[in-house]
Amino acid sequence: MNFPLESFLAVSASNPWTYVVFGLIGFAFGFTLEMSGFGDSRKLAAQFYFTEMTVLKVMFTAIVVTLVLLFGAVGLGILDFGQVWVNPTYLASGILGGLIMGVGFIVGGFCPTTSLASASTGKIDGMFFVLGGFFGAFLFGETEQYFTNWYNNAGYLGRLTLDQVFGIPMGVVVLLVVLMALFMFWGAEQLERIFGKKDLSKEPKLRIASAAALLAAAVFVVVIGSPSLEDKYNKLTFHREVEGLQVTYTADDMLANRLVFITPAEAFKSKYNQAMKPVYLDVRSEADYNLYHIEDAVNVPLDRLTEVIPVLLSEPPANTVFILMSNDETAAIEAWKTLVASSVPNVYILEGGVNNWIAFFGADDESLQPAPQASDDQLKFIFPAALGDRYESCSPSPIEYENLEFVSKIKLELKRDKSGGGCG
Amino acid sequence: MTTLPKKGIFNRPEKPYVHPYLGGVVLGIVLFLSLFLTGNGLGSSGATIRLVAFAEDQVAPSHVDQTPYLLKLAGGDKDPLDDWILPVFFGALLGGFTSGWVFGRLKFVTTKGPNISNRTRWLMAFLGGTIFLYGARMARGCTSGQALTGGATLAAGSWLIMFAIFAGAYALAYFIRKLWN
Repeated sequence: MNFPLESFLAVSASNPWTYVVFGLIGFAFGFTLEMSGFGDSRKLAAQFYFTEMTVLKVMFTAIVVTLVLLFGAVGLGILDFGQVWVNPTYLASGILGGLIMGVGFIVGGFCPTTSLASASTGKIDGMFFVLGGFFGAFLFGETEQYFTNWYNNAGYLGRLTLDQVFGIPMGVVVLLVVLMALFMFWGAEQLERIFGKKDLSKEPKLRIASAAALLAAAVFVVVIGSPSLEDKYNKLTFHREVEGLQVTYTADDMLANRLVFITPAEAFKSKYNQAMKPVYLDVRSEADYNLYHIEDAVNVPLDRLTEVIPVLLSEPPANTVFILMSNDETAAIEAWKTLVASSVPNVYILEGGVNNWIAFFGADDESLQPAPQASDDQLKFIFPAALGDRYESCSPSPIEYENLEFVSKIKLELKRDKSGGGCG
Repeated sequence: MTTLPKKGIFNRPEKPYVHPYLGGVVLGIVLFLSLFLTGNGLGSSGATIRLVAFAEDQVAPSHVDQTPYLLKLAGGDKDPLDDWILPVFFGALLGGFTSGWVFGRLKFVTTKGPNISNRTRWLMAFLGGTIFLYGARMARGCTSGQALTGGATLAAGSWLIMFAIFAGAYALAYFIRKLWN
């Protein structure tokens, strides 16, 4: 079985019972916060006067426990990290929003979820915080239009994780974070001793043993490593309905049965299909791209493909269909393997590549002459000039080609709109 | 629990909070299970804006359709409440209540520093909530959605947000120490 479960990744409304599970998760969340003391604003505010470091201890313990379990599961190959929501990085709005939240935290004495735990147990200040929260959210909704461009674009880096930032393996990041957390716990206890006059000898000895166990688990995560792209590719499954039956294919089956190859006609028509939003990814060299490319195609040479994966993964609308193309198919197939192994949904390949596109839409363009000596995955035409997408066949007329017949291969896989891992 | 005399849901004997590290371990397991089963983390501020969008859509649907941010949530026939974060939000309320009940902490009180009045505390709580949620929407997530969930999935932006939250709070703490000490 593969995790996360498929029924949770689909649109929620198609599996109403998933709401019950989310409700239970929320229940456990609220219960844990209250039982840790986060219903009391004094306990939260004390964090910022060094008298009691409960906030830091609970939060970082939770983070490192999750880290070790999560990346342990990823390393063992039972969890597909590509399907786990990772908050996209927006440097500018993230940092400014964070600073504003810090101000709200010390003024109000809560953060949003702790205020729920507080209000639900009858704390009147918690209720006022929740009410203020609604007003703050209302204000944001009304004012976002004045800085929407900055909000949506400034410092946008997509799905970016710390291992990519520092260029080290995921497991090593986990170990470093665990070490940092243990050091912070030690520091926090010293601060409590000094500022909070706390007697550390009364603290349970079990915490030392737990710290050692955590460290051992983190080392284990480093040792097992994370699965390679190839491992992930081999584990992929695709579902197609064949004559009323659900058939499961591996990724190689999908290629062998040509189920991911779409004709130039379908690639063209998908642009006028309300149900989907095609993105044409041209993985050829920039030189070939400049010679000839179809309208709206984005040039991402194959060797730079991995750089754009964070953006492809983070926030495209759920109905985005990626259509890969090279001159023939070789480079596009490589690109397809990389993208599907990286959990990019709805990826297809233009059948026969750009050469086939020209043969189909540009057959009567006399300026394009066949080049008989072209080898595999090279352009099979001679171009009078590098006109890019200004040949007529780059943007076929939707009227002239209104009635195109093709067998539709695109099967839109709609994922739940993960509008935010935590808060949207 | 069976040996306790019946005292209703209020006025039960108050029990101490669990040890922070234990609370953290339980929270970590909850967060892991959420990510493992559903691919999503924890959160709540997304529900706040969705409830606001829902209310605005009842009162002024045409205004919602003209406001870009609200349009994405509740424009046209979109249902802003059809989202996983809503059950998490109401689940958290119920979970907090249940914990307060089990541990005897259901009481109408105001938690505040010793040197301010209840009214000042309520005003500050309202103001703090307003500021916090404004910042949370700007950063696309609050302490749960960004700092906790994003921190545990090693999201680069979330770590920056986490440090920014602590920086903002520590920078101001000294100047408003009368509120808490």
